[in-house]
Amino acid sequence: MAEKQFRDAIREAMVEEMRKDDSIIIMGEEVAEYNGAYKVTQGMYDEFGGKRVIDTPISELGFAGIGVGAAMNGLRPIIEFMTFNFAVVGLDQIINNAAKIRYMSGGQISIPIVFRGPNASAGQLGATHSVAFESMYAHLPGLKVMYPSEPYDAKGMLKTAIRDNDPVIFLESEQMYGMKQEVPDEEYTIPLGVGKIKREGSDVTIVAHGKMYHIAQQAAKELAKDGIEAEIIDPRSMKPFDFKMVIESIKKTNRCVIVDESHPFAGMASEIGFIIQRDAFDYLDAPVQRVTIPDAPAPFAKNLFDLWLPDAKQVIDAVKTVTYRN
Amino acid sequence: MAIVIDMPKLSDTMEEGVIAKWNVKEGDTVSSGDIIAEVETDKATMDVEVFDGGTVLKIVAQEGDAVPLGGQMAIIGDEGEDISDLLEGGSDSSAKEEKPKEDKKESSSDDKSEKKEEKDEEFDPLFGDLDEDESKSESASEKAEDDDDSRLKASPLARKMAKEQGYKLSDIKGSGPNGRIVKADVESFDGKAAEKSAPVKEQKAAAGAPSQNYEDVPVSQMRKAIARRLGESKFTNPHFYETIDIDMKKAIDVRKSLNAMDNVKVSFNDMVVKACAVALKRHPKINSSWLGDVIRVHHDVHVAVAVAVEDGLLTPVVRNTDTKGYAAIGAEVKELAAKARDKKLQPDEMEGSTFTISNLGMFGIDEFTAIINPPNACILAVGGIRDVPVVENGEVVPGKRMKVTLSSDHRVVDGASAAEFLNTLRQLLENPMSMLL
Repeated sequence: MAEKQFRDAIREAMVEEMRKDDSIIIMGEEVAEYNGAYKVTQGMYDEFGGKRVIDTPISELGFAGIGVGAAMNGLRPIIEFMTFNFAVVGLDQIINNAAKIRYMSGGQISIPIVFRGPNASAGQLGATHSVAFESMYAHLPGLKVMYPSEPYDAKGMLKTAIRDNDPVIFLESEQMYGMKQEVPDEEYTIPLGVGKIKREGSDVTIVAHGKMYHIAQQAAKELAKDGIEAEIIDPRSMKPFDFKMVIESIKKTNRCVIVDESHPFAGMASEIGFIIQRDAFDYLDAPVQRVTIPDAPAPFAKNLFDLWLPDAKQVIDAVKTVTYRN
Repeated sequence: MAIVIDMPKLSDTMEEGVIAKWNVKEGDTVSSGDIIAEVETDKATMDVEVFDGGTVLKIVAQEGDAVPLGGQMAIIGDEGEDISDLLEGGSDSSAKEEKPKEDKKESSSDDKSEKKEEKDEEFDPLFGDLDEDESKSESASEKAEDDDDSRLKASPLARKMAKEQGYKLSDIKGSGPNGRIVKADVESFDGKAAEKSAPVKEQKAAAGAPSQNYEDVPVSQMRKAIARRLGESKFTNPHFYETIDIDMKKAIDVRKSLNAMDNVKVSFNDMVVKACAVALKRHPKINSSWLGDVIRVHHDVHVAVAVAVEDGLLTPVVRNTDTKGYAAIGAEVKELAAKARDKKLQPDEMEGSTFTISNLGMFGIDEFTAIINPPNACILAVGGIRDVPVVENGEVVPGKRMKVTLSSDHRVVDGASAAEFLNTLRQLLENPMSMLL
């Protein structure tokens, strides 16, 4: 099995699906002739041509809307946003049209579309280019939300997203595009709503998705030196969410820390925490803790940004709180 | 139409029953009156009879499982009938998926989570159950006012663990924030408690070698009942004790001459039981029960006799004891004791006593005190007959003496009444012929 970068895994998923299904197109800024702002779509324009790999103007509301219209008329578009921070401009199409047309047409019209691109912060990019949107999209009925943390998952999950007949928000990360992992060449898919226990442990359950999954792994390594064995669950899909896996794990560990790159108020961690207290109440030995970015926009200054973004130390502190080791 | 076989109330005091044995398996055909299972209650092992015929579609509770009153034991109906609606914890396909798991005898916590899932489906995600919420928040706020600071703080898991172990949370010291009791505290409490109840172990620990060598014996239904009832009795009934020494010379002579007759076998115990019955008839205060606002004075005398059985004791009742002779009492006690040892006593054979006798004379015990068997007011602890020197007419002569100790509930009986009863009892046993009057 070859080691592949995250960006290669995503490209393979798209290319393999496009070879099988002519109705799949990709649209976005710089996806075609420039081979993608982050080289995710490298070589796709050469293989599939300008009819299926389409450069758009800087007009998120416009091409998101074209995507929705194309989906209503039988195509299966993939819309690439250079970052989901720019997708904010196209939200009306995503929230009001993509997410609701199937419902409002009484199921007559489905929208098989994937909106994908990097999410959340990526270093010193300033407040407007550093937002994690998974909680916001997961909040809205009609949207499915996936957020892989590793190349292997990314390929199998993007295939599932492309084949799904409803709109899927597929979140990536600038800082993860270069990450490498062994990715098989043969066909596989990873279902929606199924998480994965990526590290087994008995003392605490850490739920961490996207970039934060890697922070959790760093923390777990440090914690193991202190004799605390963390179980790490990467939920992979934000919605539907694999609550069952989390609850079962907590029945074993009795403690939970959620690591979430969203803001704390009404974020993914809030929802996960609510379900845990309701369904695992009798199994909890400590209140659930969460590690999130603060309730403040991303600072630009390096020293402040480093304080703002969750790191392994914050995760370790939270784990020590729930295991009463402080 | 399939019907659910629920755990029946097989004794007055049972709260749950343990399936001791299934006489049928899934797929068997049963008809009305068949004994399908044996259930161990707090008192005895009882037969469970079915009133409807059909095919056993599902054995819900396995052998060894404890089932609460009214809990599902099995489902009987027509072959092939869909029973998913009847099964507790899921009316849809999820219940079916769980089935193979159940067959493998998964822990009961799994069943609970199944129930939970079902609840989730009924729960309105937006509004929840409004009525319930209101009542809950009311009682919650009351509580908060009541004992805000004195409220015991414990993690939900620690609460659950303490409950399962039968620990009082208030006995456990919390090490978490604000004194919260956490899992580790309950676990370490276990150790401390074990040390306390086993002084031998403590000594070993003092010698510098803490012993990990022990065995945890599961608590049977009977032990649970004994623990609960006698704990309650000893902690709530103000016990007091009076001992009297009885000259048994004449009783021995009478017994000898009675047993010389054909087919007669009278024991000292039979004579004590009879004497008590007669004395109780004369001292109705002793033959009473404390009921809180009234004291019930029983007109009938039903004497219970404590019988040691494997892993516990039972108290079968000789009804209308005062109307029966030595032989009748003897035969009845013998029969009941045999049944008790075979765990075949029926609840009605153990209920309704007005007085209890515990006799350890045959074990070489001189005297002891017994714990009152509720709802009785008194219990008589009978020691063995001893050869002792006694002074008669100014001379030391060999004597036969037996000590009996009456434990009385001071709420019902006072010292003088107990003494009067004991004196009557002594007179009766010292002049056995007077019982014939």
